[in-house]
Amino acid sequence: MTTERPKILTDKTHIPGIETFDVYRKNGGYSAVEKALKTMTPDEVVEEVKKSGVRGRGGAGFPMGMKWSFLAKPEGVPRYLVCNGDESEPGTFKDHWLMKTIPHLLIEGMIVSSYALGANTSYIYVRGELMYVVRILEKAIAEAKAAGFLGKNILGSGYDLELYVQPGGGAYICGEETALLESLEGKRGNPRNKPPFPAVKGLYQCPTVVNNVESIATTSWIVNNGGDAYAAIGIGRSTGTKLISASGHLKKPGVYEIPLGLPVQEFIYSDEWCGGIRDGHHLKAVVAGGSSVPILPAAMLLKTANGEDRLMSYESLSDGGFATGTMMGSGGFIAMDETACVVKNTWNFSRFYHHESCGQCSPCREGTGWMEKVLHRIEHGHGSMHDIDLLVDVAKKIEGNTICPLGDAAAWPVASAIRHFRDEFEWHITHPQEATRPGAIFKGHMELV
Amino acid sequence: MKVTIDNITIEVEPGTTILQAARKIGPEVAPPAMCYYEPLKASGGKCRACLVKVTAGSEKDPRPMPKLVPSCITQVQDGMIVENTVNEQVLETRKGIVEFLLLNHPLDCPICDQAGECHLQDFSFQHGVQQTRYEEERRTFEKQDLGPNIQLHMTRCILCYRCVFTADQITGKRVHGVLNRGDHAEISTYIEKAIDNDFSGNVIDVCPVGALTDKTYRFKNRVWFTKPVDAHCDCEKCSGKVTLWYRGDEVIRVTARKNQWGEVLEFICNTCRFERKNTSDWTIEGPTKVARHSVISANKYGANKIVPEFARRLAASQYKDVHEGRDTSQLNIKQLPEERFKQLIPPAGESAVAGIRSIQNWAEDK
Amino acid sequence: MIETSDKPRIEFTPERLERAKEILTHYPEGRQKSALLPLLHLLQEQEGWTPTEGMDYIAEFLGIQPIEVYEVATFYTMYHLEPVGKHVIEYCRTGPCMIMGGEEVYAHLKQKIGAQDGETSADQLFTIKPVECLAACGWGPCFQIREKYYTHLTIEKVDEIIDELRK
Repeated sequence: MTTERPKILTDKTHIPGIETFDVYRKNGGYSAVEKALKTMTPDEVVEEVKKSGVRGRGGAGFPMGMKWSFLAKPEGVPRYLVCNGDESEPGTFKDHWLMKTIPHLLIEGMIVSSYALGANTSYIYVRGELMYVVRILEKAIAEAKAAGFLGKNILGSGYDLELYVQPGGGAYICGEETALLESLEGKRGNPRNKPPFPAVKGLYQCPTVVNNVESIATTSWIVNNGGDAYAAIGIGRSTGTKLISASGHLKKPGVYEIPLGLPVQEFIYSDEWCGGIRDGHHLKAVVAGGSSVPILPAAMLLKTANGEDRLMSYESLSDGGFATGTMMGSGGFIAMDETACVVKNTWNFSRFYHHESCGQCSPCREGTGWMEKVLHRIEHGHGSMHDIDLLVDVAKKIEGNTICPLGDAAAWPVASAIRHFRDEFEWHITHPQEATRPGAIFKGHMELV
Repeated sequence: MKVTIDNITIEVEPGTTILQAARKIGPEVAPPAMCYYEPLKASGGKCRACLVKVTAGSEKDPRPMPKLVPSCITQVQDGMIVENTVNEQVLETRKGIVEFLLLNHPLDCPICDQAGECHLQDFSFQHGVQQTRYEEERRTFEKQDLGPNIQLHMTRCILCYRCVFTADQITGKRVHGVLNRGDHAEISTYIEKAIDNDFSGNVIDVCPVGALTDKTYRFKNRVWFTKPVDAHCDCEKCSGKVTLWYRGDEVIRVTARKNQWGEVLEFICNTCRFERKNTSDWTIEGPTKVARHSVISANKYGANKIVPEFARRLAASQYKDVHEGRDTSQLNIKQLPEERFKQLIPPAGESAVAGIRSIQNWAEDK
Repeated sequence: MIETSDKPRIEFTPERLERAKEILTHYPEGRQKSALLPLLHLLQEQEGWTPTEGMDYIAEFLGIQPIEVYEVATFYTMYHLEPVGKHVIEYCRTGPCMIMGGEEVYAHLKQKIGAQDGETSADQLFTIKPVECLAACGWGPCFQIREKYYTHLTIEKVDEIIDELRK
């Protein structure tokens, strides 16, 4: 069955030695560079990406071709392509896996994308913790350069490109594109106010496109096979495939390339994918797209409010809005069985956002810490009933009022956990001794699957 | 281009921000600004105090903007319609911002030199609620010494970044900055170092709260007991245009002059600020026009000034019936005939009378 | 606040100086400040941590004010602003690792090493730092020692790793 699945990013990842230039090249690598630079104009590459309908894989899901078409092109001003490899969203590790497994796929994508956008210097910003991946990429870049795929006059096309890897320093916020640019300029990762958007004033105040690792890695296949072929995969406006980082209480956690539109049920329980929940346990809740998206009870994740099977697609996952739906996000799929405590997990995520807030704007700086402290109290048996409504209100006051989406990302997990698991919060408050006992399991009336 | 703010339409130059346009209309519709500071480039956008609702983006594209926007950095478009004081969501959000800014603020106004000219005080009086819901411990910081002239109280800081921009744009070498991140972020020099250059004192004037205060004025007086006077001197380093703050005949503080919005347009040097403290150093121009938001005016020129709303509310919250614990057989001020009452307050003080009446009514309701 | 003192000046070793100069070529003229994060990593690789004297050296190297370096070094969590042990164990405390039994594993780790969060063991061999998500969620619990990731941790595995490093 596996062979029938379209593989766009993972068709070569099983090949031994694929991280080296020679093996990658022997298996058809860099053919997209040849095709683009020798037979296509930059605009034609942009056009194929537009046709593919591929959406930004970093979390926001914005159509990549459209983002590219916004890039300002004033005369005499350099343009930049920056690859966002700052992957830090809890639950997400697909870019990490992709970069270390098949670095040349990203580099090939960077070359064709830079060519399409008219960038002569491009950067891959990788979170500093992944220094070993930085070294893998640097080595791969040196190989590609030695083979004439980078540098001056690539393949005799007259097109020049220098590609550099930039390590971050440990800050989730740098995954936000303007914070990333600040960081790349050697500053604190404070997100910028927008407008102006990076497409107009980005890196060094020049027009810049920032794209996720997975998004850029996709472009080689699109150039080789055409945007239409890509758009034929998937469902509706969720075209192509998506890397899903599966973690938590699954039999087979890991990174999977799924065709968008795959039923969630199948993704969790089929042996082809996650293989179900670990033995003897049942699915309680899932955070389907990285820590910032709303948590859903198992039953609500598997079926939409209309009783339809929920699919792994942007539209289906968000079906029902925040009342009964969630988001695709970055594809960080965290499954929790009945042993997981939603209150504790919410506090944990809240601590994460508190720790990672840059501190620039007041709702996020003050609000994230407040939520964490209140959740800490509830989790440790010192909460009171009005704390629950307080949390809802604080989350509401942060959401939408901050410079960057970190405020929303901090607010949504708290708001959704209370929306769907209020009884568990109440249990912690009314039965503190029971709830704080090690290994305590909440036996609510929520349906386990 | 035309922009409408709270149902008032005004013509402005392209490139004007919503906040600037609102200020042009007047203080009644101008959104509060805790971090924005017009003379400093790149300031604004951080505190979120000035968030407003754009109900129509422009004439061409009249769709409303989905989120509230920071008015200080959002440029107006022709035909834009903005709601500030008339929008419930804006006011509710603003209450939230006050609460956030006060969350870790020590509320040590009784011993704070900034009290009375503190923008956070004004902001909370005008837009906040009386009580906090915060029960956790407040954050504190290690004490820092920034040298002989400037006192840093990090606990009061709201991280507006104004002092950082000032150091970047007004002084030469910047030695202080924002360190750490999130709610641990702080203004600091990192290593033990004095902020020491000819224009460093300006960080005191731009600070909206009592985080950076003048050491030479420290605990000398409450600002509402002092008398501000405009003066100038022939200074080789700066414009020499200052405000002298008198207590009796003594100059106890020198600051740059602030406009209606509390902004300094002409920064002054440290010699003027810290060393010229004799009347003989200066040519006096006359009494300073005190900005209307200031409590300073409430005391000094009360006879012909409108009593500010927050002063009224402050008075209301501290109001005690004069008879409390006293001989109630004495005449109550309320029993005075209206005519006589009016005589006590000059004719311009109609609203003051109304204010006092409202206080009495409020107390009665209690 | 850091006390000023007469600590000796720190400079890059010749080999690292070459690497630093190479890094500078990554950016357009006048944008050398972009090298700040990579250079701080280089400094930490050399010194084991990020001392003030080294930051001052980098400021000089890049032609920027020292405060610009301090601002950045204190913003990012990877730079150790205080001396650390030979091996810095940065363990992931975030949700996905936690629900996979991270807490027990890390508790065992701390007990084995004899140091709590932020502390260095008595033998100066290990420093323990809790960190947020290391982007290895499907392979948790995990920690990182300098550049190396250790995944799928169990109590037994922790024992093995630590015993090996103690040799």
